[in-house]
Amino acid sequence: MDNSVVINLKEIKKIYDMGGAEEVQALRGVSVEIHKNEYVAIMGPSGSGKSTLMNIIGCLDTPSSGLYEFNGVNVSEMNDNQLAKVRNKEIGFVFQTFNLLARSDALHNVELPLIYAGVTSGERKRLAREALNHVGLGDRVHHKPNELSGGQRQRVAVARALVNRPSILLADEPTGNLDSKTGDEIMILFEELHHQGNTIILVTHEEYIAEHAHRIIRVRDGMVETDERVDKRKTVTTV
Amino acid sequence: MHFLSEVKEGLIIAFRAIRANKMRSVLTTLGIIIGIVSVTMMATAIEGVDRAFEKSASAFGSKVLYIQKFPWVQHDDWWKYRNRRDMKLEYAVAISQQATLVDAVAPSAVTMKDSRFGSRTMLGTFITGTTHHYQEASGTTIEDGRFFSQEESDGGRPVCIIGANVAETLFPSIDPIDQTIKVGGFPYKVLAVLEKQGGMFGTFTADNRIFVPINSFINQFGSRRGVLISARVAAGADIEEAKEELRGIMRKLRHLTPGQEDDFNINEQEMLTQIFGAITAVIAGIGFFITGLSLFVGGIGIMNIMYVSVTERTKEIGIRKAIGARRRTILMQFLVEAASICLIGGLIGLAIAYPLSLIADQLIPTAMPVSVVAIALFVSLLVGVISGFLPAYKASKLDPVDALRYE
Ligand SMILES: Nc1ncnc2c1ncn2[C@@H]1O[C@H](COP(=O)(O)OP(=O)(O)OP(=O)(O)O)[C@@H](O)[C@H]1O
Ligand SMILES: [Mg+2]
Repeated sequence: MDNSVVINLKEIKKIYDMGGAEEVQALRGVSVEIHKNEYVAIMGPSGSGKSTLMNIIGCLDTPSSGLYEFNGVNVSEMNDNQLAKVRNKEIGFVFQTFNLLARSDALHNVELPLIYAGVTSGERKRLAREALNHVGLGDRVHHKPNELSGGQRQRVAVARALVNRPSILLADEPTGNLDSKTGDEIMILFEELHHQGNTIILVTHEEYIAEHAHRIIRVRDGMVETDERVDKRKTVTTV
Repeated sequence: MHFLSEVKEGLIIAFRAIRANKMRSVLTTLGIIIGIVSVTMMATAIEGVDRAFEKSASAFGSKVLYIQKFPWVQHDDWWKYRNRRDMKLEYAVAISQQATLVDAVAPSAVTMKDSRFGSRTMLGTFITGTTHHYQEASGTTIEDGRFFSQEESDGGRPVCIIGANVAETLFPSIDPIDQTIKVGGFPYKVLAVLEKQGGMFGTFTADNRIFVPINSFINQFGSRRGVLISARVAAGADIEEAKEELRGIMRKLRHLTPGQEDDFNINEQEMLTQIFGAITAVIAGIGFFITGLSLFVGGIGIMNIMYVSVTERTKEIGIRKAIGARRRTILMQFLVEAASICLIGGLIGLAIAYPLSLIADQLIPTAMPVSVVAIALFVSLLVGVISGFLPAYKASKLDPVDALRYE
């Protein structure tokens, strides 16, 4: 199996200047390498910098310093259009709060990345329906987000994240707003996606969620505390 | 394809946003509607005035030159013109013999007399003495009857041609042809009625005139009256050249030495058109400036509401950027939205202005020019794009993380 490095972070720092002498060091030198078809969970206490890290990986945010290579390309050298293209084609992002367009139905929400990718209308509809079928929402295509349950909304979000066949799937606490049963359903979905060859990075607070992953990165105070591989029998080996 | 589907997506978003904020959209659009209505009505009014003028001016004939003592448009002291020698009827004969670029020449002299038929009177009618060439030389059209012949003209027969208003006034119920009217106390038999000219020059048009043979005119009313000579430029001849030729002949007839300036004027419809054009340009300039201001205010309203819209939808912008919308896409989305609001405003404005123009048509014949419709739509689109640009640019520059974090 192809084992190429998808994400390569070196000494990534993120500093928020709060005005005056005050500043927040959200990330204080994070170095991580993530390979193709890995399933990684990022854990850590609240405020430790998990979301900040995910946003940087997802090209939604830019680091204050450090090197970020995505599929071998230096992200800090990309212009706005190239970043938009990476977000559109290479990265599928699932948010804790779903972040669906409230006034659009499920189908249109899932179609959106395809619109920005320039896919023709007919093809778009077909792919979006396929993605919704894939997450088990084939019978809910014309429901608006407020006509769906939390778990269903998150499935729409997952379908949207996957519809453009990205290189990696990023999920920042995808089950954070769901009860444990619906959370489990989403996790089963992720498991399937991983089996199909997707690379997944997931932020969570819950140990039982993290257990689905094959590698757990623990973050504390903006630094990587531990980075462990978990084998299928749940024995822990240090990388 | 890519661009088009972006525009289409922009339109879908725009209409959804407009529907979601109906009251707000209506109020915003109102500014544009009022602007477009006032601008198009202004244009329609100017078109009406233009048309009225054109119709009136056409009475003078575009290919007819009028040789006169006074210019139609005076640049100097009136006394300078007043002191010129009078025009003479004989010039007409000399001109028609010598000129090659005009094909009909007629002298005419004018006075004002009351005319009567039975108990009906028309006070202060313009009486024009002229020759049988007049109809050709001035391009007047006869409604009914015939113009007087050369014999009638040379012999000074008591016959006349009457204008449409004269006919209406003196003969409200019977056919004027072959009736005998009294002009300044002398009997004249009516040969023909002229076609109605109408227009804004009122009493000066042929509608209020009575034409009689020049020789009869001299006998009854004297000859020291304002004489003018009408000359029709021959088909195919250049008006300016014809004018030059007439000028040369006139200078010879008036025995002017090369150093002396002309003591006559050759007038033409074009002079009126120019003056009128200058006047309407000023009116239009002021009018469009004032009505344009209302459109400008409408545009500011659009800009304001677009800023609100961008702020309200910061989160949405963040989502769109997170899944791959480019700056240009976001910019376009909001531009399309602003342009749609304005275009709808423009269409509604036109829908209101059009019936208004039909009402205006009753007062002064006019029509909303097609060009105005096109320009109005273009302008409303432009207002949308311009006033939408700053808010849209602001939206396009939002950072995805910041936008997503916005509550
Ligand atoms: N825009 C910002 N401006 C200033 N400080 C920020 C900003 N965003 C994050 N921070 C700070 O950076 C640190 C890391 O925040 P981050 O959101 O990454 O935490 P997290 O690990 O995701 O926490 P949680 O588990 O609660 O989601 C926090 O101390 C936070 O206050
Ligand atoms: Mg977080």
